[in-house]
Amino acid sequence: MKYYVMILCFLFFNITQSQNCNSSLYGEIHDFHDGTTISNATIFIENLNKYTTSDIDGKFSVSNLCDGQITIVVSHLSCETKRLDILIKGETFHTINLEHHIEELNEVEVKGNANSKLTKTAQETLLKTETIERYSSLNLGDALKQVSGVSSINTGSSIVKPVINGLHSSRIIVMTNGVRLQDQDWGIEHAPNIDLNTAGSITVLKGANALAYGGDAIGGVIVIEPSKIRLNDSLYGKTIISGHTNGKGYSLNSSLIKTYQKGWYLGAQASMKRFGDFETPDYNLTNTGLNSKGFSINGGYKTFEQGFNVNYSYLDSEIAILRASHIGNIEDLVNAINSPQPIVINDFSYDIDAPKQEVTHQILKTSFYKRFKNFGRFEIQYDFQNNQRYEYDVRRDSDDKDKPAVDLTLKTHTLKTNLKLDAKSNFTYNLGINAGYQNNFADSSTGIRRLIPDYDKYDLGAFIISNYRINNDVHLDFGIRYDFNQIDAKKYYLTSRWEERGYDVDFNDIVIEDLGTQLLTNPKYEYHNISASTGVSYKINDKNSLIFNYGLSNRAPNPSELFSDGLHHSAARIELGDLRIQKETSNRVSGTYNYKNKGLSLNFEAFYNHINDYIFIEPTGTEYTNRGAFPVWSYKQTNAALYGIDLTANYDFSKQWFFKNKSSYIKGNDLSENEDLIDIPSLKTVNILGYSNEKWLHFNTELQSELVFRQNEYPDNNFEVYIPTTDEMVEVDISTTPSTYHLLHLQSNITLDLSEKTDLNIGVNITNIMNTSYRENLNRLRYFADDLGRNIMLQLKLNY
Amino acid sequence: MKTLKNTLFILLATVVFSACSSDDDNPTPVNEEEVITTLTATLTPAAGGTTITLKTQDLDGDGPNVPVVTVSSPLAINTTYNGSLELLNETESPAESINEEIEEEDDEHQFFYQATNAIASFSYLDFDGDSNPVGLEFTVTTAATAGSGNIIITLRHEPSKDASGVSDGDITNAGGETDIQAVFPVTIQ
Repeated sequence: MKYYVMILCFLFFNITQSQNCNSSLYGEIHDFHDGTTISNATIFIENLNKYTTSDIDGKFSVSNLCDGQITIVVSHLSCETKRLDILIKGETFHTINLEHHIEELNEVEVKGNANSKLTKTAQETLLKTETIERYSSLNLGDALKQVSGVSSINTGSSIVKPVINGLHSSRIIVMTNGVRLQDQDWGIEHAPNIDLNTAGSITVLKGANALAYGGDAIGGVIVIEPSKIRLNDSLYGKTIISGHTNGKGYSLNSSLIKTYQKGWYLGAQASMKRFGDFETPDYNLTNTGLNSKGFSINGGYKTFEQGFNVNYSYLDSEIAILRASHIGNIEDLVNAINSPQPIVINDFSYDIDAPKQEVTHQILKTSFYKRFKNFGRFEIQYDFQNNQRYEYDVRRDSDDKDKPAVDLTLKTHTLKTNLKLDAKSNFTYNLGINAGYQNNFADSSTGIRRLIPDYDKYDLGAFIISNYRINNDVHLDFGIRYDFNQIDAKKYYLTSRWEERGYDVDFNDIVIEDLGTQLLTNPKYEYHNISASTGVSYKINDKNSLIFNYGLSNRAPNPSELFSDGLHHSAARIELGDLRIQKETSNRVSGTYNYKNKGLSLNFEAFYNHINDYIFIEPTGTEYTNRGAFPVWSYKQTNAALYGIDLTANYDFSKQWFFKNKSSYIKGNDLSENEDLIDIPSLKTVNILGYSNEKWLHFNTELQSELVFRQNEYPDNNFEVYIPTTDEMVEVDISTTPSTYHLLHLQSNITLDLSEKTDLNIGVNITNIMNTSYRENLNRLRYFADDLGRNIMLQLKLNY
Repeated sequence: MKTLKNTLFILLATVVFSACSSDDDNPTPVNEEEVITTLTATLTPAAGGTTITLKTQDLDGDGPNVPVVTVSSPLAINTTYNGSLELLNETESPAESINEEIEEEDDEHQFFYQATNAIASFSYLDFDGDSNPVGLEFTVTTAATAGSGNIIITLRHEPSKDASGVSDGDITNAGGETDIQAVFPVTIQ
């Protein structure tokens, strides 16, 4: 009965309307990309509450319309819904373009977190917002360890550098919001300047297959993207507060975003964290606190067809480095290694004293994009980065306490354009050009000879990547990239060092000034690098799929590999670069097998990375100074191979219980010397037992067991040295790796729905539950102190 | 759309201006401040006689050249010498005396004197505000029998002066970091 009344009303409504209205709308619906017509799209005329659909030729018509403005909503399965105003005057004709490729919809995500993959055929892992938020008060490197095959190389617990399949620093590209991070990444003590709180998602790409980001990512690429902007009228944000027992740390992050349906948006985010001295199960780690502050502003305009973005971010981190790790000579190192506890242990303090580092990183980015019908998407971006790095050493004269030992300012400008041709749905091309200028300035007022010299660097790159979809199950990728780099440096050498290295014979022509004990030189380098990548993904059936790929990449030596020249205090060694170092070339093949059944999912990755002229540092002798004897470590080149497997398995016993395993095993060989490579992550397996219950306030809990085996394959770099104070020769054991360790972690959280749009998530994370004492091979401070003891973190996360 | 154009314009302008602003000035050289190039121990016999100098000089600091160690003459047996140290950074011109720095912060520095083959013993003559030894002034008493061995002078920065034996000149528990360490081969005759 109700039904009839409705129809009646409808008819009546229509009749009354059509009395004065005899106009019609004729329309055609096309795919935005290739111009093909779209049939079966629904056209809803809002004013009239009237529906129609497009026919097989994409055509539709609506008659009996009044002149004037109407609003129609066009929708189609697997298309973006489009709403538009049309002015009707007599017989009106209108073409409507719909976005028909689901994967392209990323650009205008209306809701949800449907992150699409960045590549079709690379080894790729995504970390989502909720995982990242758990690490809100920690580092990028800590969060990334959730990915099988990613480990970290640490200096203490606050300087954490990600290691992808055994490679790190200059061999990894970090992209943040479309900007390639330039922050003196060559140094092991230089952690990426990323505030994890700015990340909405993080993708790890193993190997150099993502050529759009650069050609020298022999290890891989880390892509950090901000949270997607919603395209509706809305004001939303979140606040995360956390407190830690270890280090008595606290952190706060807050963000607020205002969006408009028309496409405008403006957001701001700010965060701070403060830690005092951390502790091991047995003692305080004196001078290990940190103080970090950051904020970012993001605004712009975004529709499917065009948009722009302006983003500014600021991050300042002051990080203390374990006091006991600053040593004067090899005798101090021997004492440190032989001492079961650090030489300096004081009471807990929030003070940050030397040795410490303070780094400020600023990024300003502007980008603009436009889509063209039947063609593709064009984007242009300019970014500027300013990295100011101060490192403070313990000085003999405390008047110099506030005088940094290292004072580097690195400025980078990058202009890049990108064109994605996706008019044909089976063939897409992505091509781009980038140009960059970088200036490094090392301030001379430090009173300490420069770690790396002043230089100007110019980069030019161009790439083309094509993706061919043979059918729904098979994708082929092929990409090629060319990079040109030029570096023009001005460096002072001690005349004695210049001669000892034999540079007076090979490089006499680059000396521009002779000051007697020092020489000013002007090394200039140019590199032409070709990189290539190809891959295939094959979906065998609903459960099984395979990926194979191959990548060729070249990396030009970084400033420290070419120029370093001096005493490294925390390692008690003299480190020497070499002007003769050439670029290194990597050939990497990898395969992935993926199995997905109802309860079980399995991802198995294997790789073999052959690196010609692999640049590494190894001990080459001993030098004597007034401080005592020091081993000399020099950069050299060899042929190397790294190979390994990464496994991720997940099994859901029931809706509530799941079990997860993440394991990785890697080997690194120096093929020329037939030796093991140094600093290769050891076998690691993580087992997780999880339980969740929606009914108990969305309760989730996970018990994690982390088992890290002793690295048995390492080069023997031990050496003998005479210790005057004890009048004996001792062997300095810097090679033997720490023992196997096992840690247990627990994390739990509940979510309270405070209102329709507000929820509060309360989480408790306990790391190292058993308070186990351990040392990690890839922590550079392992000679001096144990790793961290138990930590209990309470985290409150408010979404509004 | 106008906003877009403006943004693009600003963007382009930034690129153009920043690309133009490069200077060709040469960087200024750095003279290493933290280096002690020269340590000279002057030993004057308490009862009068020939002054002996022990000197180590490493003019290229942390560079590859080894320190040049000189001992002016053998020490006499069974003799007490009054010793004093002079520390210099000769990479700066004029050479900078490091003694003042150590005197100003004498609580954070201590010299340690050792001898192999029991050829000599040492005692401190100067003390910091807490009555802990510093070691810029000291005495050396040579053994009663002739022999040869090394005299080792070590400067530790921020040692634990209160640790066991440290105020008596025993370096074992001193900790801190080594700023200088010199080994002088000497003969007692």
